[in-house]
Amino acid sequence: MEPLIQVKDLVKIYSLGEVDVIALQGVSLSIDRGEFVAIMGASGSGKSTFMNIIGFLDRPTSGQYLLEGINGEDLSRDELAEIRNRKIGFVFQGFNLLSRTSALENVELPLVYAGASPSKRKEMAQKALSEVGLEGREHHHPSQLSGGEQQRVAIARSLVNQPSILLADEPTGNLDSKTSEEIMGIFQRLNREMGITIIMITHEADIASFAKRNIHFRDGKIVDDRNSAL
Amino acid sequence: MTRLFAGLRLALRALMVNKMRSSLTMLGIIIGVSAVIAMIAVGSGAKARIAEQIASMGSNLIIVLSGSSTSGGIRYGSGTVPTLTAEDAKAIQTEIPSVKYVAPNLTGIAQVVFGNQNWSTVIYGTTPELLEIRDWPLVSGRPFTQQDIDGATKVCLMGRTVADNLFGGIDPIGQVVRIKKVPFTVIGVLAPKGQSTWGQDQDDMIFVPLTTAQKRLFGMQFPGMVRSIAVQAREPEVMKEVENQITALLRQRHRLQQNQENDFSVRNLTEVMSSAEQSAGVMSLLLGAIASISLIVGGIGIMNIMLVSVTERTREIGIRIAVGAKGRDILLQFLIESLVLSLIGGIVGIGIGIAGTLVLATFTQWPTLFSIDAILLAFLFSGSVGVFFGFYPARKASMLNPIEALRYE
Repeated sequence: MEPLIQVKDLVKIYSLGEVDVIALQGVSLSIDRGEFVAIMGASGSGKSTFMNIIGFLDRPTSGQYLLEGINGEDLSRDELAEIRNRKIGFVFQGFNLLSRTSALENVELPLVYAGASPSKRKEMAQKALSEVGLEGREHHHPSQLSGGEQQRVAIARSLVNQPSILLADEPTGNLDSKTSEEIMGIFQRLNREMGITIIMITHEADIASFAKRNIHFRDGKIVDDRNSAL
Repeated sequence: MTRLFAGLRLALRALMVNKMRSSLTMLGIIIGVSAVIAMIAVGSGAKARIAEQIASMGSNLIIVLSGSSTSGGIRYGSGTVPTLTAEDAKAIQTEIPSVKYVAPNLTGIAQVVFGNQNWSTVIYGTTPELLEIRDWPLVSGRPFTQQDIDGATKVCLMGRTVADNLFGGIDPIGQVVRIKKVPFTVIGVLAPKGQSTWGQDQDDMIFVPLTTAQKRLFGMQFPGMVRSIAVQAREPEVMKEVENQITALLRQRHRLQQNQENDFSVRNLTEVMSSAEQSAGVMSLLLGAIASISLIVGGIGIMNIMLVSVTERTREIGIRIAVGAKGRDILLQFLIESLVLSLIGGIVGIGIGIAGTLVLATFTQWPTLFSIDAILLAFLFSGSVGVFFGFYPARKASMLNPIEALRYE
């Protein structure tokens, strides 16, 4: 079966005034459907840059990236937005929920831009919230939720449109160890029971061990790619 | 449609986050729109009032006034020494074909007495033609006839104001009043005409036959003379020509030499009034334009606040773009916000504008006129201001780079 994600010789160079920063020096890999991958590396190693390109938030300077065979190179900004909407779910370190907005409405957000009807949105959002164990908390605002609960809302949001991949950038960075474990537990369950492909950035080895495969970045290159110790 | 509703709800919610800020931003629009409404109402009122007065004055009206003259080396101002005669009037009637009606007048102010009531008013000595020229009907009684002129009968037509003040509720017809101690029988009551352009109460006067006025009331000093001649031309197009013909005719009749000035003046009343109407129209537009400037200032306020808002919500915009918002989704979101700001401001401004104008009208007695057109225009204008000034911030928001936006503190 064709890999979900195919990356070949990906290069990304930023020009900061007079200096050019080479963030990715030619990265190649492939990820199959159903994998749970952790990407590790020091800051400046290129892992965030890599994630941004995978998530169609950024374009490579050269090289190829295919998601389900789709090449983002020829797509317009609006078309990329559509792909993000339908195929990618994001989970961030800082949760990035809309404040003064209920959990339900936060989860509905991708569906709003997908053009779903209000009743359909509500139905799907409620379903996603119960997947992460938050039924009954639909109408709470982020300020009324704990860090772990907020991250769960973010996870529900990332799943609501049934994406192909879930990209998580340091998802436990702002959480204590117990909550971190809970969140990792949710990720594992989603991956195991629903077959969701998860790619996660982390700098913590014990968090990375929850994933099945660990990829190490250093200085814009992959230096290690192996199955996780556990 | 539901998307629009959803967008509206979203916009309102965003604006409610900081009610104070939203209200202050709206204030610019509110002030602008209410000023525009008030100015246009006042201007339209003035214009309509003048048009009304033009209509009530009668059409195609030319007034010939006794002009300045020199008598014994002393120069007299217009109308002080009568230099026109009733014969002049007749000559104008017969010799100028484009003239429809002519009425010579001799006026003065006198006290009218009835019983123990008295009232000082204008006594207008004239001929029956004047009622035609001024398009002035009677509410009761009869006008005077040529016989009254020939016989210099002591009859009079009373204006509404005089009738009310002298007779209260009693029917004046048939009653006898004294003008300068001369008894006059009231044979008719004039229909009300209201105020003239120059503020004179047109119902505060009494008409008597010209000859009676000349012989009994005012004309004794200068027998046979009249102070003014009212002329009605047949059509508006010939008025200039008629003016020239009257001037030429009178110069000839008064035997004026080449180097002598006219001892009369010819005024095209209709022209004077319609240029007044035009000026009022221009003034109304000018006032509206000036008021619109404040609307522009209000728009700048909207742009300013929306720019701040976009900056504050950089992260939020980043999240939306990341989960799939397209450029136009973001653009529309913020454009709707500024539109809502300006439209609510517009509605409130219209309300305050109307209320303010009514208050103004009560205190100053200025005529005011509201039109649906003006109100609709002001509403649309405020909407356009919102869209125009909100566009740049909305566009800026839609072009944000999501990666940087998500990193924004």
